[in-house]
Amino acid sequence: MNLHLPLLLQSTNEEIIKRVQESTLSGTKVPQSSIEHQGASSFTQFWDSSYWFPEQASTFAPSVDYLFMWIFWVSTIFFIAIVFSMVYFCVKYRRVGGEINPLPSSSHNNLIEIAWSVGPSVLLVYMFFAGAQGYFDSKIASETSEEIQVTASRWNWVFTYPNGDSSSELHLVNGRPTKLIMQSNDVLHSMYIPAFRQKMDIVPGRYTYAYMVPNKTGQYRLSCTEYCGREHSKMRTLAEVHDTDAHRQENTQWIEEEYYPWKNGERIYKINCSGCHKINGEAATGPALNLLYSMKERPLMDGKVTVDEDYVLESIWYPGKKIVEGYGPVSKMNSFKGKLTQDDVSQVIAYLKYLNNPADVAGGDVESGLRAEGGDKSGTAGTIAPNDKDDDGSDET
Amino acid sequence: MAVADTTDHHDHDHDHHDHDPFIAHHFDGPQQQFDSGKLGIWLFLVTEVLFFSGLFVAYTLYRNHHPEIFELAHHHLDKVLGCLNTIVLLFSSLTMALAVRSAQTGKNKNCELYTLITMVCATIFLGVKAVEYSHKWDLGIFPKYGFNYTPGHHEMGFLGLSPYLIKLSAIPALLLASFAGASVMGKLTDKPAQFKFFMGMAIMVAGYFAGVAGGVVYQNAVDSGHAHLAMSSSPLQLHAATFEENGQHHSHQHSDQHSEGQGHEGGEEHGDDHHDQRHEGSGESMPKSVGAFFSIYYCMTGLHAIHIIGGIVALAWIYYRSQQGHWREDYFGPVDYVGLYWHLVDLIWIYLFPLLYLID
Amino acid sequence: MATAEIRNKIFSTPETNYLNCTKGWKSWAFTLDHKRIGVMYLVGVSIALFLAGIFALVLRSHLVKFDSGMLSYDNYNKMFTLHGAVMVFSFIIPSIPAALGNFVLPMMLGAKDVAFPRMNLASFYLWIAGTSCLLMAILFGGGLDTGWTFYTPYSIETETGVIYATFGAFILGFSSIFTGLNFLVTVNTMRSPGQTWFKLPLFLWSLYATSIIQVLATPVLGITLLMLIAEKTMHIGIFDPRYGGDPVLFQHFFWFYSHPAVYIMILPAMGVISELISVYSQKRIFGYSFIAFSSVAIALLGFLVWGHHMFTSGQSPIVTLIFSAITFTVAIPSAVKVFNWLATLFKGSILLNTPMLFALSFIFLFGIGGLTGLFLGALSTDIHLHDTYFVVAHFHFVMVGGTLTALLGGLFHWWPKMFGRMYNDALGRISCALVFIGFNVTFFPQFVMGARGMPRRYASYDPEFQIFHQISTFGAFVLGIGILMAYVVLVYAAFKGPRCGSNPFRAASMEWQSSSPPDFHNFIHQPTMNDPYDFDSQVYDEELDTFIPREFADPDKLPARPEPVHH
Repeated sequence: MNLHLPLLLQSTNEEIIKRVQESTLSGTKVPQSSIEHQGASSFTQFWDSSYWFPEQASTFAPSVDYLFMWIFWVSTIFFIAIVFSMVYFCVKYRRVGGEINPLPSSSHNNLIEIAWSVGPSVLLVYMFFAGAQGYFDSKIASETSEEIQVTASRWNWVFTYPNGDSSSELHLVNGRPTKLIMQSNDVLHSMYIPAFRQKMDIVPGRYTYAYMVPNKTGQYRLSCTEYCGREHSKMRTLAEVHDTDAHRQENTQWIEEEYYPWKNGERIYKINCSGCHKINGEAATGPALNLLYSMKERPLMDGKVTVDEDYVLESIWYPGKKIVEGYGPVSKMNSFKGKLTQDDVSQVIAYLKYLNNPADVAGGDVESGLRAEGGDKSGTAGTIAPNDKDDDGSDET
Repeated sequence: MAVADTTDHHDHDHDHHDHDPFIAHHFDGPQQQFDSGKLGIWLFLVTEVLFFSGLFVAYTLYRNHHPEIFELAHHHLDKVLGCLNTIVLLFSSLTMALAVRSAQTGKNKNCELYTLITMVCATIFLGVKAVEYSHKWDLGIFPKYGFNYTPGHHEMGFLGLSPYLIKLSAIPALLLASFAGASVMGKLTDKPAQFKFFMGMAIMVAGYFAGVAGGVVYQNAVDSGHAHLAMSSSPLQLHAATFEENGQHHSHQHSDQHSEGQGHEGGEEHGDDHHDQRHEGSGESMPKSVGAFFSIYYCMTGLHAIHIIGGIVALAWIYYRSQQGHWREDYFGPVDYVGLYWHLVDLIWIYLFPLLYLID
Repeated sequence: MATAEIRNKIFSTPETNYLNCTKGWKSWAFTLDHKRIGVMYLVGVSIALFLAGIFALVLRSHLVKFDSGMLSYDNYNKMFTLHGAVMVFSFIIPSIPAALGNFVLPMMLGAKDVAFPRMNLASFYLWIAGTSCLLMAILFGGGLDTGWTFYTPYSIETETGVIYATFGAFILGFSSIFTGLNFLVTVNTMRSPGQTWFKLPLFLWSLYATSIIQVLATPVLGITLLMLIAEKTMHIGIFDPRYGGDPVLFQHFFWFYSHPAVYIMILPAMGVISELISVYSQKRIFGYSFIAFSSVAIALLGFLVWGHHMFTSGQSPIVTLIFSAITFTVAIPSAVKVFNWLATLFKGSILLNTPMLFALSFIFLFGIGGLTGLFLGALSTDIHLHDTYFVVAHFHFVMVGGTLTALLGGLFHWWPKMFGRMYNDALGRISCALVFIGFNVTFFPQFVMGARGMPRRYASYDPEFQIFHQISTFGAFVLGIGILMAYVVLVYAAFKGPRCGSNPFRAASMEWQSSSPPDFHNFIHQPTMNDPYDFDSQVYDEELDTFIPREFADPDKLPARPEPVHH
């Protein structure tokens, strides 16, 4: 039974997709299934783990779900017993006509006390062991794991694969054990993939690890679950499980590692700026960047500024100093001083110039069709046979 | 059935009990009041211990993680001044115990005297502490963030004293003046109680200056005398000296002894230091990390000093009540409670002293 | 035996009582009377409740749409932080101990006041200072956006009013310590003659256990927050990884206090429920000593389980395992209490008035809150559920469904004692129903959301969760109306309700032996020490239209005492 509540702001999938793209959510990736399921809430199957959980897409999901349902049933039985006896007593022994006449009964019974202390403890012991079992299963890495570096920063994810490619979404291969080596550039984050039942905090100043063996292809949600500041809720992306390595290589939007400065600039833009600054001319949290180098002067909250390298550097390092008209009174941007070096900024500037006119910059005439080069790279990494687990990650030394 | 008279419920603090002003109306008698107070103060001391325990845990963890920092840093704490302060505090514990004993036996005069001695000890302690702090600040030894160690750097203020010390002493000076003034006023207007109390207060604050004087005399002796060799051979100083050579500019106010020390000792280990520095990347990291020790040092001793000041206020209240002759054999609770508190504050120092000063 | 005259003097509604014996604002602001301080605390925490409740409704309104633009991200973050911080530090922790406990505790002991009345008043003013400090973060600090947990390093980096807020929480900690210390000493030294530990009402046992936690855990929070302030201002490098500190150490320190603090919140509530269940069943509480010791057991075990908030934080797996094991042991004393309450209902004479309905909803809601704790105690399921809405729902079931429900129940129970007037029971029951229904509608969908992977503290979310958020928001408004209605019923009763006698509910604990409202000195006679659960010790007096102790009753009309049952 799908419950549709007309009074509660229901929308069609198309509308939702449009809203996801246009709203404050832009820059956040939402799995297709999440859009399709909106507004649908089946109340009939609560006894089944599929009601409570997202689909199972890793090897330890079934044991987690099993334990959850086990505790669920134990709790339900206890709860029903408690509430039933409570209601029964309240009806049976309710005071009628204001006459106080409790029936004579005992007020203590050590035997029964011990029984209801020790009895449930047995169940608790099972829960503890089952939970610990599942926990340690999810903590032990396979020797052959593919090691993926995860860098979390406010409010972006970067996943770097053994062959040096990076992406802003996590791309895994079905059936391949994976080890995530996670670091944070700033504050606490937490990597959470509900479909894999896996979660681990990312602590600045140290590495933390998470293991998983995906066993179902598809797109899943990956979110940050440790509060990390303003756009914490936008710090989500997708975890996509591919059939084969080749499929992954072809169907992934890699953050290109190119030698042309503008391409690095694009990479830096995608990691650091794309959350707030668009390149299609539309205003978002911050002004669009593609038009920046087309103007000589830019209107500010107070006065004007000449657009040049110095201005861009200052805006990135000290965002509060010169605020573009319409984005005040206070800058919403964090300072990137310490995060982006001047070199990085130079590359961003090259990218900004490229956006204005590709012919202006070195390598700008290179077609930005990344697909073709992605294919090339799959050639190098593609020596790994699809689904051949023994070779996986062996090029990581 | 005991039904008390219910005639008048307004402002009748005293119409239920005997008119003993020292037994609060809600207690049945002196014993209950004393027991309550005693239990209360013990619980309070438990919270105090737990309060400090957080810092001790932080200290332990830090020391486990960075033993080398502690190795370097404790050279900059003066064991002699620390030891002096320990003795002063231990002595004050003795006088405090005597004060409690006098109160128990109803000897208010004795209690007054011992309380005064305890307070003077406390202020001597603070005076010495002020010298220690200001000396460190002169050298740029601040908590981690502002840590800017420049050896031999001395900015002379009035009378050759540290400007920090003068600033620290402003409030005690003001207090001394006003207490003395109040005491004289009491004498002139013929209020003996006021005269006596503020006289005691003035003596108490004078203890601070005695501590400062002692500390300064000692510190000067150390600075100008034989001790400079020991100081300049400390590893920290060697590092700092090398940074300077590497082009980090410090204002050239270094005393002569310092450059001598550098000449004698710095030369031999020169190469090593260069190596170290490259190894660690940035030249500042070493002294900056030593700042972490002083962060903990300032947190712990600062919090302790605040407790000493709190103790002095409580003691002043005891002192006043002793002068009024309040204590008797069945009523001496407050002296007892303040005494317990004072012993705890001393005890915390007994832990702080070896952990911070003596550790190797 | 007492004459009618004496009876009237003691038990009839007095002309002068603690409310009107002195007048003017100064008589309240400088009062040392525990009853007035309790009432002032009640007003204070209620204001905090409504303030933080409004924050909650704003949050829920924002979440109606998955891409809602009602609040900016910054404002959303500030809003949930303030909701949490004000609710936890200013409302829940002081609510039952400082408001109800202050009023009731000395009277249950037959004492005239708490041991240290000045400290009691100081505690209240520290509460005001701390709460003001917390709220100053909004006015002068540009809000507060760290979450109520102040996790480092974010709290060090953010430029919002963290210093105001942490200092406020620090002060509130001392307010809490003062209350706890006062209660411990009072219960230890000021019991009535003949009132042994096992003749204490169970509410006092739970308050005593609470006070132990307050005294032992709060100082650690104090020093932690001071170190955080020092870290922020002086960069001392203890918690900040940029200076070599360890952010996980902060979490350890923080939860070493904040987990026991959870029991500061729920234990007094359990105590209230023990009283209510027993009085409105008119039956001796079942398993007195088990309930009493379970309070102490919870308090002590509560110190050993803080690490279960940190299963995913990167602490060592062995430590994690140990914390999980101890966490399960806490479940047992909580369950024992619930079973004992049920056994008390058995063969009782159950009056389903407002306070009893609140007590019964407590059992229902706390049952869910406690049982869902099992999912979070088991390691593998917690990895999935940690920091999702499942956790949000779990602790709201305990904190709101538990503590707030018990507070309201306790208020309805002791209101006639506090103000000498009776409330409208029918309206009270409606408000209870609204709270119950609204609460379940609000938080039940959050379990489903959480299990399906909706992280907490999210201002925008995936579209599939929208329906749950909408149901939840609807429930939140019903809950808000219910709480507001309960307060309206109570406040109206305090001023305009019909007068009621000294003991309208036939309760046997000592506070009911005073007049309603009580005298300034609590009792104008030496109250007789009864067993607090021996309800036959109270007999109905027609003239006064209330229950009075057997010793004071007219011997001619004295009904025979039923034979006590022995097993």
